[in-house]
This record gives sequence, C-alpha cells and structure tokens, in this order.
Amino acid sequence: MATTITKLDTLVGRKIKRKEDPRLITGTATYVDDIQMPGMYHACIVRSPHAAAHIRGIETKAALELPGVVAVYTGADVKDVGPVPCGASLPGLRVPHHHILAQDRVYYVGHPVAVVVARDRYIARDAVDLIEVDFDPTDAVADPEKALAEGAPAVHPQWPDNIAFNYHQENGEVDKVFAEAEVVVKQRITSQRLIPCSMETRGVVADYRSGEKALTIYSSSQIPHLMRSLVAGMLGIPENKLRVVAPEVGGGFGCKLNVYAEEALMGFIAIRTGKPVKWIESRREHMQATIHGRGHVDYYEIAARRDGVITGIKLKLIQDLGSYHQLLTPVIPTLSVLMMPGLYRCKTVRADIVGVFTNCVPTDAYRGAGRPEATHGIERMVDILAAELKMDPVEIRLKNFIHSDEFPYATGTGLMYDSGDYTKPLKTALEMANYNELRAEQTKARAAGRYMGIGLSTYGEICAIGPSPATPAGGWESATVRVEPSGTVTVLTGIKPQGQGEETTFSQIAADELGVGFDDVVVMHGDTSVVQYGIGTFGSRATAIGGTAMYLAIQELKTKIKRFGAMLLDSDDVSYANGRCTCNKSGKSVSLAEIAGAAHRAMKLPANTEPGLVASNFWEPPNFTFPFGAHIVVTEIDKDTGAIEIRRYIAVDDCGKVINPLIVAGQVQGGVVQGLGQALYEHGIYDDSGQLLTGEFMDYAIPKASMSPNIEMASTETPTPVNPLRVKGVGEAATIGCSPAVVNSVVDALSPLGVRHLDMPLTSEKIWKVLQGGRA
Amino acid sequence: MIAQNFDYLTPVSLAEAFDLLNDPGAKVMAGGMSLIPMMKLRLAAPERVVDLRHVPGLNKIQQDGAMLRIGAMTTHHELESTPLVRAACPLLAQAAAAIGDVQVRNVGTIGGSIAHADPSADYPAALQALEAEIRIAHRGGERTVLAKDFFQDTFTTALEPNELIVEISVPLEAKCTGASYQKMLQPASGFAIVGIAARVSMDGGKVSMVRVGVTGLGGSSYRAANVEALLVGSEGSAADIGKAAAVVAEGIDANSDIHASAEYRAHLARVYTARALSAAIARAEAQ
Ligand SMILES: Cc1cc2nc3c(=O)[nH]c(=O)nc-3n(C[C@H](O)[C@H](O)[C@H](O)COP(=O)(O)OP(=O)(O)OC[C@H]3O[C@@H](n4cnc5c(N)ncnc54)[C@H](O)[C@@H]3O)c2cc1C
Repeated sequence: MATTITKLDTLVGRKIKRKEDPRLITGTATYVDDIQMPGMYHACIVRSPHAAAHIRGIETKAALELPGVVAVYTGADVKDVGPVPCGASLPGLRVPHHHILAQDRVYYVGHPVAVVVARDRYIARDAVDLIEVDFDPTDAVADPEKALAEGAPAVHPQWPDNIAFNYHQENGEVDKVFAEAEVVVKQRITSQRLIPCSMETRGVVADYRSGEKALTIYSSSQIPHLMRSLVAGMLGIPENKLRVVAPEVGGGFGCKLNVYAEEALMGFIAIRTGKPVKWIESRREHMQATIHGRGHVDYYEIAARRDGVITGIKLKLIQDLGSYHQLLTPVIPTLSVLMMPGLYRCKTVRADIVGVFTNCVPTDAYRGAGRPEATHGIERMVDILAAELKMDPVEIRLKNFIHSDEFPYATGTGLMYDSGDYTKPLKTALEMANYNELRAEQTKARAAGRYMGIGLSTYGEICAIGPSPATPAGGWESATVRVEPSGTVTVLTGIKPQGQGEETTFSQIAADELGVGFDDVVVMHGDTSVVQYGIGTFGSRATAIGGTAMYLAIQELKTKIKRFGAMLLDSDDVSYANGRCTCNKSGKSVSLAEIAGAAHRAMKLPANTEPGLVASNFWEPPNFTFPFGAHIVVTEIDKDTGAIEIRRYIAVDDCGKVINPLIVAGQVQGGVVQGLGQALYEHGIYDDSGQLLTGEFMDYAIPKASMSPNIEMASTETPTPVNPLRVKGVGEAATIGCSPAVVNSVVDALSPLGVRHLDMPLTSEKIWKVLQGGRA
Repeated sequence: MIAQNFDYLTPVSLAEAFDLLNDPGAKVMAGGMSLIPMMKLRLAAPERVVDLRHVPGLNKIQQDGAMLRIGAMTTHHELESTPLVRAACPLLAQAAAAIGDVQVRNVGTIGGSIAHADPSADYPAALQALEAEIRIAHRGGERTVLAKDFFQDTFTTALEPNELIVEISVPLEAKCTGASYQKMLQPASGFAIVGIAARVSMDGGKVSMVRVGVTGLGGSSYRAANVEALLVGSEGSAADIGKAAAVVAEGIDANSDIHASAEYRAHLARVYTARALSAAIARAEAQ
C-alpha cells in the first residue's frame, strides 16, 4: 500500500519576510547607476524648454570645446534610428513618427533635442548649458478639451483636429434603455494627470563589444525582453546580438513598462564611440520626460430604475495622450472601457473614446492603467445615483452586484469575469467599520454642524494581463526551473519585479512544491542572456501567470525527479515529498541532492531520460483574473480651512489565494497611499503654454509617511479557476479602490450643502471654496 | 541634478571665513538645505562654497540675563529638542519642530533659514513675534538688526555682501506668557502656506502683551501690529480674538501660486491667527 508522507510545513499562505529586503534596506542592491565600467562615458540630454517650437539651429561648438566632452549628437545624427515604438494598433490610429531626438520641431517641455557625451557626468551636465538651440516657439495646447476646440493650435500640423483616434464600443439597446429610463444621472468626472515618481528614476548603460558586434543595454525596466526585441529593431541590429539586463529596479508603477528614446540613444552612442556610456535620469527629467498617468475627462450618463437597478451606462472619454504614443498610450483608455460596468450587472453600455494630442509628455500605463479611471467613474456615478434616489450607497451596490452564482459572468464590454463574491469583502468592511454606528454618529455630527463623511467603493479590476489575443505584445509568461547538481533550485522567470517581492513568493511556491528550503531557491529575472524569453511585470500579472508557468515547470520536473529516484531506489513505485523520493514498498528514500547529483553525473540514466534536471514552461492563460474588494473611508472636514482628515481607512481586498499575507498587506498599503495621492494631493499641472508647473518635489505633492493614515486591512479569498495557483493579483488593487472611496466620503461629508461631485485632487482650497458656497 | 563645479572650503575661524568670502564668486553655506537644491537646479552657481560648520562657537545656545542667545549654526533639531529652548522660548522650539522633515531638521540651521528668507519659511513668523535681535558680523565689526528690519522681501534681508549672521537673540518668555505657532503645510514641500506665531501675556484677566508674526502670506514675514492693537487690553475672548484676527491680512499683497490663491491664503491667515491666539491665551492662562 502506498504511504503518503504529509508535509510538515508549507510556506504558501504564511507571512514570510521578503528575501529582497536585506539588500534593499542596507543599500547593497545593484541598480543601473551602480554599474561602473572602465572608460565609461556619461551622457546628458539637452531638452526643450518649450512646449512647441521650431528648431532653427543648434550650436554645439562651445560644448565640444569643453575639455572632457567627447561628442554631441543632434537629431540629424540619429534620424535613421528608431522610431520610439508604439505597440498599440487601433483602427485608424494616427501615429506620429517619434524620433529619438527632435528633428525640426519640439512637441513638449522635456522633448530631447541633443545629447552630450563626456568623460564624466559633471562635464556632460556642464556642456548641456553650452549648447545653444535656436528655438522659434509656436502656440501650444496643453488641455485635451481645449485641443479639441475649433481653432486650437495643432500639436502635429498634419492633423489639425488633434484627434489621434476615435474608438467606439457598444452593447445592448442603449438608446432605448436611456429613452425609457426612470432616472438618468450625468456627470463630468476627471482623472487628472499624475507623475509616476518611482523612487529610482530611469537609467541606461550601454556597452558595445565591436569584435563580437554585441551590445548590452542595462536599463531600469519592467520588460527587458520586449525592450530587447524593440530596441534591436530601433538600432537595426540582430535581436540575438542585443542583451538587455534590468538589474534592481527601484519602482516602476508602469512608467518603466515602456521603451524610451534613451535606450536606443545610449545604444547608438555605445556603438558610435566604442565605449560604454551611462545616462541617469534626473528627477526633473523624470517629471518632464517620463510618461505620466491618467489624464481623463469623462462624461458619464447612467440610466436606472427608481428602485436603484442600473439599466444603462454611457461614457464619452476624452483621453489626453500627450504629444506622442509611447508603447501603450492609446490602449490605456480602452482598458477603462472594458472595466466600465465595475461589479454591476448592467450589460447595456456605450463608450466613445477620443484620443487627443496635446503638447505634453505622453500618458501611458500608471499603476492601474485605465482601471482606476473606470472604477473612479462608475463608483462615483453609483453614489450620484444613490444620492438622486435617496438610497444608501451600500444598498444600491448590493442591488446591482453580480451574484456569486452567476460566474463565470460575461460583461457587456466583452469580458468574462472568472469568479467573485462581491458582498463578502463589502460585508467584512462594513463590519470592521461598524457602518450603522458610523451613520448614527454622522447624523449627530451633522446636527452639530460638523462635516463628517462616510464613503465606500466596491471595485473590481482586470488582472493577470493577459491572454495573448488581448495583449499588445503577448500575454503569456515563461519559467525555467533547474535543480543544480548540489540540489539547490534555480528559477528563471520572464517576469521582472520592481519591488513586488516575487523572489519571495516564487521561492515559497517552489520550496513547497520541491520540498526544499526557502533559502535553497534562487529566483533569477531581468537578464535576457540568462532567462528565456518572457513578457515582464505589469498589469498585476506576475504571480498569476509567471508563477503558474513556474508551477507547471516544477510539475514536469517532479516527474523527472521521480524517474531518477526510482532508478536509484531500484523501485517502480516511488513518491516524492519533502525533498525526498521514497520507495513506497521498502520505505527507503533518496534526497533531492542525491538525485540531482546522479542526474548530472549521469553514470546511469533511466530509460528514455536525458541527463540534467531542468524543465521549462511557457504558459498561456485562458483568461484574465478579476479581483475585487471594498474600501471604506471616514473623513471629517475642517470647516474653517477645508482640510480633509482621514479618520479611518478600511481596505478589504480579495485577490484570490493569498501566498504571502505580508506582501499582500504591503501592496495594499502602498496602493492605498498612492490612491490617496491622486485623491488628495497629486496633479501634474501644465499651464496654458505647456509649461509643467509641478516639475519637482517641492511642487508635486506625493504623500509622505506623515500624511498616510492608519490602514485597517483584511482579505477575503475567492480563488480563481483561471490558474492552478488560484491567485488573481494585488499589485494595483488598492490604488484602484482608493480614490473613489475617498472622494465619495468627502462628497458625502459635503452633501448637506448640495454637493454631488468634486474632481480630484481634493485640495483644502477646493473644499474651502465649496464651503464658501461656490462650486469647485 | 548636478551643480556646477565649485571649490569647497572649510574655514576654522570667523576671520578665515571672512577672508574666503571676500570673493564675488563665494557663497557661505550652513546646512546646505536651501543652497544645495538651488545649486542643483543651477539657480545658484557659486565658484566657492564656504562651509561654516567647522567654525567654533556658532552653534551655542546660552541664557544671558533675560535673553536666550542662539548661534547661527544651531540646527532646527537642536532648537526643537533642547530643554532650555523648550522651556524658555517654546515658540521657537515649536517653529523649529514644524519645519520640513527629520532629515532637513537634522541639518538645516536657523542662521541659514533666515538668511535665505524664503517667504514661506517658519522661523520668520516666530522671530517677528519674539522681536528677535539678529547679530551680524563682518570683517572687523558687527551690528545688530531687529527681526522687523531684517526681513525685507522675498529672499531679501538686511544682510550686506560679506556679512554673516552669527547669533539670534530672543527674550526668555516671561511668566503668564503663552505662545503658539500654527501653520498650514504646503503638501509637497512642507513649507508654510501660512504660518502664524503668537505670544500673549495675561494679567488680571486681560491681555497685557500680544505679539503676532506672520509668514507665508506676503513677500516677507511681518508683525501684525494691527491685530495686536485690537487685542491688547481685551479679555481675550473668542469674540475679541475673532475681531483681532480678522485684520491680519489687511494691506498685505498676498501671494498666489498653484498651492493657494491669494484669497485663500488671506483667509487662512485669519483662521490660523485666531487659532494661534487662542492656543497662546489658553497656555498663558494655564500658568
Ligand atoms: C525638503 C525640504 C523641506 C523644507 N521644509 C521647510 C519648512 O517646512 N519650513 C522651513 O522654514 N524651511 C524648510 N526647508 C528649508 C530649511 O529650513 C533650510 O534648512 C533653511 O532654509 C536653510 O538653512 P541651511 O542651514 O540649510 O542654510 P543653507 O542652505 O546652507 O544656506 C541658505 C542661504 O543662507 C546663506 N547663509 C547660510 N548661513 C548664513 C549665515 N550664517 N550668515 C549669512 N548667510 C548665511 C547661504 O549663503 C544661502 O544663501 C526645507 C528644506 C528642504 C530641503
């Protein structure tokens, strides 16, 4: 009879401290800027101070004469390199040719115009000041609605209407539903431009070996493999002569899910000079020239019955694209459309997107990428409808939720929600908040003339992006798992963490599956010469897809391990557990290390079995995953100043199976604080002439620890059937859930004044003006 | 963000410092918390940076009769945490504690802050309310300037080229005096959108002395003598405070920027003046 050996301990599901952290918090991690090479040059970029201008000439003589300057390149030198790629294909999309250095015109403040190469970075920076660019400024437009107006300056002269694309999606009898609706509510809702502000700015080192004709690019990137394919194309070199390494990446939030001019530019310089070259983005450059997020103006209409059941949703979405398409720029608002109905049963939807060029840096994916905007919209609209119908915001949500027995659920926007039980996190959050008591307290507070608000959001999102047909660059992920001759385990994954902690979660899974120690697993990523092709880390996909690829590779590996085990034990009935292969008859066993040694020494091989212990898997997910949750925020407003106090913040997230509660909590905390940034403080402001007014941290307010509330957290677990790990994803969840909960709370606080909606960020002054009787 | 090339010099006496500063390209540095960001943004490009940190005697805090004498190189952290300052001049300790973040307070100095004269800096309000004396040295002599004359305009003070602030003197707080510094933070920088420093003495149920210093509202910090005149002699009731606070922004050309409009700043000045006065009166009465 077969004996089953039950595992003594499993790591999955436990609060394991992150193995990444010691190197991060002791300053011993290797970022791009830590890379030093003999004879390395340094590059510094001359950028446009104008939002729109013709370039009449560039005088580089003084810079070239500065001792230590090696070269200056301008648009003319690199006109055949590139263009900076746009990975999106929408019908009729207008794609401006995006040169890596401006040619005869500049289109936004921060547009790269020339590059100085020098012996050190200080000389390079000094030389930038010696370059004189003869700009002839022209009219600019920085606001997407103004750009659509008759007679607005054309961002790209060939397209005077400033429209890059129109996109339409519709389901059901929209006009009929709205014509027959018992109630219709409408609202204009904006989601302002945000600046990603990863702690580590971007940076690139390029190193060319002329003998081998081989280029290596080190870049702070979320997508090293895609970068390799795209940059090889930009430079016109064979893909297999380019190696891309993304070393430690200090935060990305989507802004490093991109290929920028600088990667190709440094490659060009390394090839041209034959020397390695480094460029590190300054904070000011980061704010001006790295993509921004959001940038929506949304016009919503919701049709409903008097009992609160939503019957139709209409959205006109004006997307501020900026001046060019970066990798995914035009795709981001289409994600908003997919997410439009939120967690609600309404299938009658119509969406129209207008993608608008402005003289600003491009927008692109930023934590949540399209889903926060959509969630903000629907969660605001549901509250507006509840106010119109004098219903409690909880009641109206419960009335419209898709029920737990309706999954898989086909939405009106073409998605198939995998699994869900939307009342579960909401009920948990309401209990944690003591909702009824809070409402009673609010009644008293109002009677006393105080402005106390209770706001909630019940959000959903699209994670584990995604099935390849739905993703611009392929949505699968890869893993190779190797047992080394000594028995330690090496995982090569195609994902590229930037702080999410997958070295830890993947180690937990691999250690459990192979019965080895947590520390015996090394997870490698981010080097195209080490790791088989992969896609990268974004869209809350890494564990759900990359983790699954690893899990499946391990299953295959276990079969091989057992074959070697059976051979060593001279048995045909073995099982594998806790790192040992055991003969089910004799009870004799061999360790993984013994098996690995035998597999590599290969004195003898099992029938039809090759030496070594390695397996690979490329996993194509059958669907996205759809996590959800409920956030409740209690606010109180200082009547005299308009300042908002977050009295309580409750976040209940359901991200499927939780592999490491500590990491989930970290993602939720960080996500909430980032959402608070949008709700209360952050705004990338361009003035009418296209100057960025929030170009440094003295003016662009990201929340600091002292501005962050205590967050009361809980998780519910509704597994997904989409992958064998049953995980959904949590990297973006809390950011998505946060901003509508905060705004709903503040609007609730001010509702006695007749306030129905406020646009973010909710600055104290904006609230004060509302209190003065004006409208913000 | 990289500054232009400069020489870095560390004199060990005031005399040496004056020698090194006798050069149009030279700039003195205290904590560097304002100077270095300006150099990185290339808004300042000194050829010589003369760091005062090795000049002895510039960071002493000592009681001298009815005055507290504070060396120019005393850090914000030292001012917020030194028991003598907290007891004898709580207003200054409160203003110091309200500055930026821990890292900035550990390095930035009072001398550097007031020399820089950022219109939103915190100390100037307190120093106006304290009628501080600022001792300024030059090669071969020194002079003393009152706070009200020292702060002249945005980033502009009474300092002449080649003069150094060496000491700031403030009165030891008398019995029955309460003080409070209240500010609204600019969320990005932490500076004051407006900051109000109030000192009030109570005598027999009446306000016998009141001083109000304002920062952030206009181009320069100032003492709100009109507020003081309305409050002194009153009982310091909420109504008295309200009436007095209402005039704090009168005649001031309020700043306006992306963080706050002039109208909102003026409103905040009134609110925070009332708050600082109430807190100061409550403290005075508690003594
Ligand atoms: C992130 C951040 C947040 C901040 N937040 C606040 C805030 O909330 N409130 C606030 O008030 N301030 C704030 N500050 C400014 C801070 O208080 C600085 O410390 C202060 O403005 C300058 O002091 P310092 O000693 O660093 O001077 P430095 O930067 O070294 O010098 C500033 C200027 O003063 C001159 N100088 C220095 N010492 C003397 C002297 N003895 N005599 C004559 N001239 C001299 C220098 O030449 C220079 O022009 C902040 C700064 C930062 C970086």
